[in-house]
Amino acid sequence: MSNLLFLPIFISLLGGVLTLSFWRSIRWQKRVTLLSATAYLTVAVLLLGEVRQEGYLVLQMGSWAAPFGITLVADVLSATMILLTGIVGFSAALYSMASIPDQHVRFGYFSLLQLLLAGVSGAFLTGDVFNLFVWFEVMLLSSFGLLTLGGERNQMEGAIKYVTINLFSSAIFLSAIGLLYGTTGTLNMADLSVKLVGVEEQGLVNVLALMFMVSFGIKAGAFPLFFWLPASYHTPLVAVSAVFAGLLTKVGVYALYRFFSVIFIGDIAYTHTIILWIGILTMLTGVLGAAAQFEFRRILSFHIISQIGYMLIALAIFTPLAIIGGVFYIVHHIIVKTNLFLISGLTYQLSGTHELKAMGGFYRQRPWLALVFLIPALSLAGLPPLSGFFAKFIVIQAGVEVGSWWAVGFGLLVGLLTLFSMIKIWAEVFWKAAPETDPPVDLTAKLSAWMLTPVVMLAAITVAIGLYGEPLYQLAEVAASQLLNPQGYIDAVLGGAR
Amino acid sequence: MEIVLACCVGILFASATFMMLRRSIVKLVMGLIMLSNAANLVIFTSAGVVHGKPPLIDEVSKTVVAGVADPLPQALVLTAIVIAFGVLAFSVVLIRRAYEEVGNDDTNQMNGTDT
Repeated sequence: MSNLLFLPIFISLLGGVLTLSFWRSIRWQKRVTLLSATAYLTVAVLLLGEVRQEGYLVLQMGSWAAPFGITLVADVLSATMILLTGIVGFSAALYSMASIPDQHVRFGYFSLLQLLLAGVSGAFLTGDVFNLFVWFEVMLLSSFGLLTLGGERNQMEGAIKYVTINLFSSAIFLSAIGLLYGTTGTLNMADLSVKLVGVEEQGLVNVLALMFMVSFGIKAGAFPLFFWLPASYHTPLVAVSAVFAGLLTKVGVYALYRFFSVIFIGDIAYTHTIILWIGILTMLTGVLGAAAQFEFRRILSFHIISQIGYMLIALAIFTPLAIIGGVFYIVHHIIVKTNLFLISGLTYQLSGTHELKAMGGFYRQRPWLALVFLIPALSLAGLPPLSGFFAKFIVIQAGVEVGSWWAVGFGLLVGLLTLFSMIKIWAEVFWKAAPETDPPVDLTAKLSAWMLTPVVMLAAITVAIGLYGEPLYQLAEVAASQLLNPQGYIDAVLGGAR
Repeated sequence: MEIVLACCVGILFASATFMMLRRSIVKLVMGLIMLSNAANLVIFTSAGVVHGKPPLIDEVSKTVVAGVADPLPQALVLTAIVIAFGVLAFSVVLIRRAYEEVGNDDTNQMNGTDT
C-alpha cells in the first residue's frame, strides 16, 4: 500500500489543475476544492493508519532504487504532519467558501491554495534533500501568490519583505545542498545519514549543518531572522493567514526536526546547544513583541514565533521525552493557531476591524463566539485541561530531567506572558463594552455556517486532545523513537539497494 | 578552474548582499538575481569541474571510463535555474506593483506593516 504515499501530493496537485481549468466558474472551483480537501483528509487518515501498522512506508519514484532516484518516505512524524495538513486544508476550504470575495477567486485563489498544499505535502513526504528544495519552492511561489492576491498597499509591502527573505533562505539552502553533494556525493537523506559519519572533515559537516539551520530557521521564523513574519502575516485574507500560520513555519520546523535527528547528529553538543539558545531567544522575543501589539492578527503572528521557540527547545534537549513533547507541541500548535486566525476573521466580519481598540462588546452579544475563542486562546497559553497544557508540560518536564534550567525558566515565563496577551485580546475584544460609534456596529449579524463549522471543529479537537490525549501521546512516542533511532529509517529507505 | 569559479561565487555573493542592502527595490531584485546565480554556481562547482570527459557510456565496453564528469549537479543546476527564473519573474512583477501602490521605490518608505 505504499502507493498511498503519492496520493496527498497528487490530490492537491490535481485539485489545483482542475480549479485552473474551471477558471470562469466560481461555483465549480468551490466544488472541486471541497471535494479535493475531503479526499485529502481521507487519504491522510488512511496513510497515518497504514504507517502506524508498518512503521515506515517507502516509495521509490520511477522504481529507481535509493539512493539514486527520488524516494518518498513516510514515518509517523511525516504521516502526522500530512494529517494536520489535511485538517488545516479542510478547515481553510470550508472557511473560504463564504469568506473569499469573488474577485479573489477569479484570480486563482483556490488553485493557489491547493498548490500550496501540494508543496507542503511534498516537503513532508520526500526523502531527498534536493527534492525538498523543489517542494519548498512550489510552496513558496504559491504563498507569494496568495499573499499578494488583492494587491493592497500593505500586502505589497509585506510581500517584498516576505519574498526577499525567503529567496535569501532558499539561496542558502541551495548552496548548502551543493556543498553537501560535493562533500558526500549523495542527497538521499538516509544515505547522507550513513555517509556523513565517514567524512573526515567534521568541521565542514558542522558548517553545513549551520547553513541548513539558518535556512530552515528563516522559514520557521526563528530568532533572529523572524522579522518578515509579523510584517506580512496580517496582510492577506484571513483564510490565507490561517493556512500560513498553521502550516508554513511548521514546514521549517519539520525540516529542522528531520535534519537534526536523522542527518546531522555527529556533533550534538555543538549543534543542539545552538538550537537551544535560538529557541529560548525566539520564545522570548516573540512573546515580548506580542505584548507591544494592539492588532489582533499581529499579536497572533508574534505568538507563532514564541511558540516556535518551544518546538526548537524540545529538539535541542533531544531526549525521547523532549521529542515526544516537540511532536505533541507541533500538533497542538497547528490546530490552535489556525483556529485563532480563523476566529480573528469572524470578529473582523462582525466589527469590520482588526484593531483591538476599536472592538468590544462581543461577550455580551456573542457569548458562544467568546467561548470558542477562549478554548484555543487558553490552550495556547497552556492552561489545563486543554491541549497546550500537556504540550508545554511534556517539554518542560523534559527540560527538568536533563537539568536545562534556562529553558525551563524561560518556558514557564513565556507561558505566563502568553496568557497575558490572550487575556489582553479577551479583555479588549470580548469583555469591554463596545466603543461608541456612529452608526453603532451590529455584532448580532448572522455568520455563515461555512465559517463557523471549521472554527467549532478545531476547538473541539483542542478540547479532545486535552481531555483524552493518550492516543496522541502514543503517536508522538512512536514518532520520537523513530526520530531518535534513524537506523530504522535508513534500513527502510535503502533496504532495496543492499 | 575550481579556484576561479570559487572566487566568482564569492564575488557574486558579496555583490548580491551589497545590492540587497541598498534602499531601492530595483537594486534589491538585482541582488536577488545575483544571489540565485551564485547559489547555482556553487552547485555546479561543488562536484568538481572535469574537462573534456562527458559522462557517456562506451558502446562496446558498456562501462563508464573513470574520472568522467558527474552529470547530477548539472541536472540539479538546470532545475534550480528554472525555479529561480520563475521566482525572479514573480519578484520583478511584484516590485512593479509595489512601486505603483507605494509610489516610491525606497524600501525605507515601505514601513506601513512594521509597527
